[in-house]
Amino acid sequence: MKPRALHLCLAALAFLTLAAIFGPYFSPYSVDQISQTRLASPDATHWLGTDLHGRDLLTRLLFGARISLLVGLVGATISLFVGVTYGLISGYLGGRIDNAMMRFVDILYALPRIVLVIVLISLFDLKLKHLLDGTFLAPLASHARLLLLFVGLGLVEWLTLARIVRAQVLSIKERAFVLSARLIGQNTPTILFRQILPQVIPIVLTYLTLALPAVILEESFLSFLGLGVQAPLASWGTLLADGAALLNPIRTPWWLIVFPSLLLAFTLLLLNFLGDQLRKLQK
Amino acid sequence: MISFLLRRILSSIPVALSVIAICFLLVRLAPGSPFSSERALDPATQSILETKYGLSGSLPNQLFHYASNLLHGDLGDSLKFRGRSVNEIIGQSLPRSLLLGSIAFTLALAFGIPLGAWSAARQGKPSGTLLNGLALLTLSIPTFILAPVTVLLFSFYIHLCPPAGWGSPSQLVLPALCLSLPFVGVCARLTRSGLLEVLGADFIRTARAKGVTEPNLVFLHALRPAILPLVAYAGPLAASILTGSLLIEETFAIPGIGQFFVSGVINRDVFLVSGVVLVYCLLLLFFNLVADWLTALLDPRISLSS
Repeated sequence: MKPRALHLCLAALAFLTLAAIFGPYFSPYSVDQISQTRLASPDATHWLGTDLHGRDLLTRLLFGARISLLVGLVGATISLFVGVTYGLISGYLGGRIDNAMMRFVDILYALPRIVLVIVLISLFDLKLKHLLDGTFLAPLASHARLLLLFVGLGLVEWLTLARIVRAQVLSIKERAFVLSARLIGQNTPTILFRQILPQVIPIVLTYLTLALPAVILEESFLSFLGLGVQAPLASWGTLLADGAALLNPIRTPWWLIVFPSLLLAFTLLLLNFLGDQLRKLQK
Repeated sequence: MISFLLRRILSSIPVALSVIAICFLLVRLAPGSPFSSERALDPATQSILETKYGLSGSLPNQLFHYASNLLHGDLGDSLKFRGRSVNEIIGQSLPRSLLLGSIAFTLALAFGIPLGAWSAARQGKPSGTLLNGLALLTLSIPTFILAPVTVLLFSFYIHLCPPAGWGSPSQLVLPALCLSLPFVGVCARLTRSGLLEVLGADFIRTARAKGVTEPNLVFLHALRPAILPLVAYAGPLAASILTGSLLIEETFAIPGIGQFFVSGVINRDVFLVSGVVLVYCLLLLFFNLVADWLTALLDPRISLSS
């Protein structure tokens, strides 16, 4: 594959991100502005049509992109931190601790993720709200649920990474430089984070491109089921769910299904392709 | 062989028990009671209901009560679907999900492996890149996109299949296709990367030097060792096809186990959720066991006893 394809892919992702950040400012409509033109098909005034309440679909999609992309980024980053730390410790300590830590991962693997995320969200929703209310973060309090969704998705997505990092550490810790580090008297945290961590970073970064689409997908999945992002906020998942809810044999507003689908599938394709190319470069 | 099976089954028991215990505790810890849906119950009624279902007392006590029932094969009663036991619900809905899942699983393998093999054989040529791109495309379209789009296309615009329901074979077509398509891509890519690795091996060069034709080379010589990663992945894959059916069942109105799971989670129906999770967990463990056994069968170098 030529690097041109990779550049095109990166450019498209950059364009999407910029559109998500700045796009809503250029739109003549606001995200939750209700109008009389309900379910209008795409035309010159509403490029991608309007939904059941007369809201402009393009504006809502751009707005939804903020949440969907942000969820992906935050979730993937959290999974990165948890997974890398867990894998490093488990692999380096070895023995009985390693065994116990990996069994725990096995058990979490066998639990359906949606249960974990839902329980996490409903358990801590109110607590976090109270916690935030008193501090300078008070404006965030109304979004406590969303914050927990970010964290929750990150916390269920780290399992694979922990396994990958652990497998790497198992071989790296046998190398001479680790032994030398131990001989000059470096303590375990220093060896872990200063000596071994830099060695696993390339693999971790390519994994990030795998985790990003996975988290975005999971968020859309939960939102599609009505368990993730809540109205009046919108993500691609909720927009798609809104469209799918209007599915009927007589007159379906096709634009409400087709455009969110295209955008989500296109983004996932780009991210998967990017991960593919990065892994190829590594070999 | 038998000792391998015994050891694996014995080591699965603690995993399954922990999964059940964690799941039970998580659902019980979640705020909201299964008994208060619209309006709050008075405390007396609430406590009578809790005693009736074995949900009174401390959490460890409740868990112990549930676990002892579980060991007698009793999964408890559903709290939302009053008058139905979890055994009954699972007994009715699981076969439907299994049927749908096994069709989708077969489709995923039947299309995925040839697609992957073909694109590996055409490696470096434009057609190979195209086929690989096709695999990437199918894997990037999630089921919850496929479901509404295919219904829109094939049920409403072209009247090909019914949009929802359960019972006739034609109602199975769309859900099975939607469920399998993302996994076609996954299977194709695993097959492709496995094959590309094997095709560089010495025994393939020897076979090619002996004059084995290219299709024979791929399908007779290289495929068997090359699908090992796929087999290892097929265990979790089978389980995730079954859990993935959750959304398909929702969209296509199929009364399978996934629908009950979602409603159970929303209603804090603790016995229903734990029961379904137990089924999923057992399926996962079972498929992993089969995958390990198949791996050993395909690759004589791997021994089951180690």
